[in-house]
Amino acid sequence: MKVLVPVKRVLDYNVKPRVKADGTGVDLANVKMSMNPFDEIAVEEAIRLKDKGVTEIVVVSIGEQKSQETLRTALAMGADRAILVVSETKVEPLGVAKILAKIVEEEKPDMVILGKQAIDDDNNQTGQMLAGLLNWGQGTFASKVEIADGSVNVTREVDGGAETDTLKLPAIITTDLRLNEPRYASLPNIMKAKSKPMAQKTPADFGVDVTPRLTTLKVVEPAKRSAGIKVADVDALVGKLKEMGVAK
Amino acid sequence: MKTLVWVEHDGQAVKDATLSAVTAASQLGEVHLLVVGQGVDGVAAEAAKIAGVGKVHVADDAAFAHALAENVAPLIVELMATHDAFVAPSTTHGKNIAPRVAALLDVMQISDILSVESEDTFTRPIYAGNAIATVQSSDAKKVITVRGTAFAKAATEGGSGAIEAVASTGGDKGLSTFAGAEIAKNERPELTSAKIIVSGGRALASSDQFHALIDPLADKLGAGVGASRAAVDAGYAPNDYQVGQTGKIVAPEVYVAIGISGAIQHLAGMKDSKVIVAINKDEDAPIFQVADIGLVGDLFKIVPELTEKL
Repeated sequence: MKVLVPVKRVLDYNVKPRVKADGTGVDLANVKMSMNPFDEIAVEEAIRLKDKGVTEIVVVSIGEQKSQETLRTALAMGADRAILVVSETKVEPLGVAKILAKIVEEEKPDMVILGKQAIDDDNNQTGQMLAGLLNWGQGTFASKVEIADGSVNVTREVDGGAETDTLKLPAIITTDLRLNEPRYASLPNIMKAKSKPMAQKTPADFGVDVTPRLTTLKVVEPAKRSAGIKVADVDALVGKLKEMGVAK
Repeated sequence: MKTLVWVEHDGQAVKDATLSAVTAASQLGEVHLLVVGQGVDGVAAEAAKIAGVGKVHVADDAAFAHALAENVAPLIVELMATHDAFVAPSTTHGKNIAPRVAALLDVMQISDILSVESEDTFTRPIYAGNAIATVQSSDAKKVITVRGTAFAKAATEGGSGAIEAVASTGGDKGLSTFAGAEIAKNERPELTSAKIIVSGGRALASSDQFHALIDPLADKLGAGVGASRAAVDAGYAPNDYQVGQTGKIVAPEVYVAIGISGAIQHLAGMKDSKVIVAINKDEDAPIFQVADIGLVGDLFKIVPELTEKL
């Protein structure tokens, strides 16, 4: 069984995003970049499924040349080979899904496991779009994945609780936070990853038009809340709450 | 512009998230609703009364009972032949279905909008709400999900939409089946619509203490109960309590944060609350930078006393 895992290079989740003064976006110059955390969970899940019938894990990234680093991280974690689709301009989820659909045609995986969203643009779209384009089942926001005979059971985090759906294979899965805890790559595995194969392509190789459909007109910082007052004790707090009409 | 709004419901009643989506859609133009499910006559009748609603399309079929995206998306695509925008609330159903619809229509979705600037221009949060982007869509049709807390709720009375059954429903596509659900039973107000929320963090230190301290205070205030991601990850509170960028986005009248330090990811989920009250023993905790009223001290002493005195 083959699994395809798309990964994205994003601003590290520990770094506070700073909006550029000219309002064109978030400043990504000279800041730490890492694999999107939900994608790390996707890579980890694919690796864990290696005991359960998965024989090959192909990771793919669509983005600038530096996304090689992100792919090497996935290879060091345990993926087998990588495909980098180089685009120095931003590709939207719709374009990404179209490229991935072409890669799926070539690679014929049994499952594609993706992060549910990238923590930069917070779109939460690519997996569902890919499922639509391929006419496959989709198990989004997964907290548990179990491969069965010709199908996969996906427990999903939904409003108010959990839902389990059975999907016919091949299928799309998108990961939620609690699916697993991704491993750190060991030094020997980081060294080994350097010799794993990485193919390079461009969107044009797949005949996909990735012209953006959305134009970002401006990016601003959200309105700031200012700190209020501190009260000395519970009585003062109760007094304030009563003043506000919260308590009687 | 003619919009088609996804009606979020539980088979019995229309969920509040729908009402915010209706408000967003009404800023684009005419509002039509789509009720999908099995045995949803009651929901459709309730939906038709929402103020400002034109037509209510009802697709009632066993294949739609659990709103599986694989079965529902083709139905919506069909209806989009006569609508200009598909608008869904940012619920798990909305987030699951809308991008599939967008791909089938060859449209780039605009996720989680905060405002409608014009027919093609919207604002939306990026980087966990640390930045707000204004985006303009060049697609002829729009597919949009709506952040509920950013739009007022449409009135549940006053409308008289015409209910119309969808002729072709498409049926079961055979790609997925619903195998079961565990939906937590909760007597308290739902987080996304509660007027007051009491939220606990990792400082509660155990599941027992979380419930022993947070629940009575919430009951006293008639509040919903939330938790930080740290508290959920530590197993003190169930998953669906989680408030934050990766959990629920809330904006109640009053948000009481107890033993929550105020990580960026938590603030992203609650900073639009009208009044924030914080109780924390660390006076330098980031939560105090956004709190309107702060009390520094030991929550194990403060919370019981507060519950008692309210």
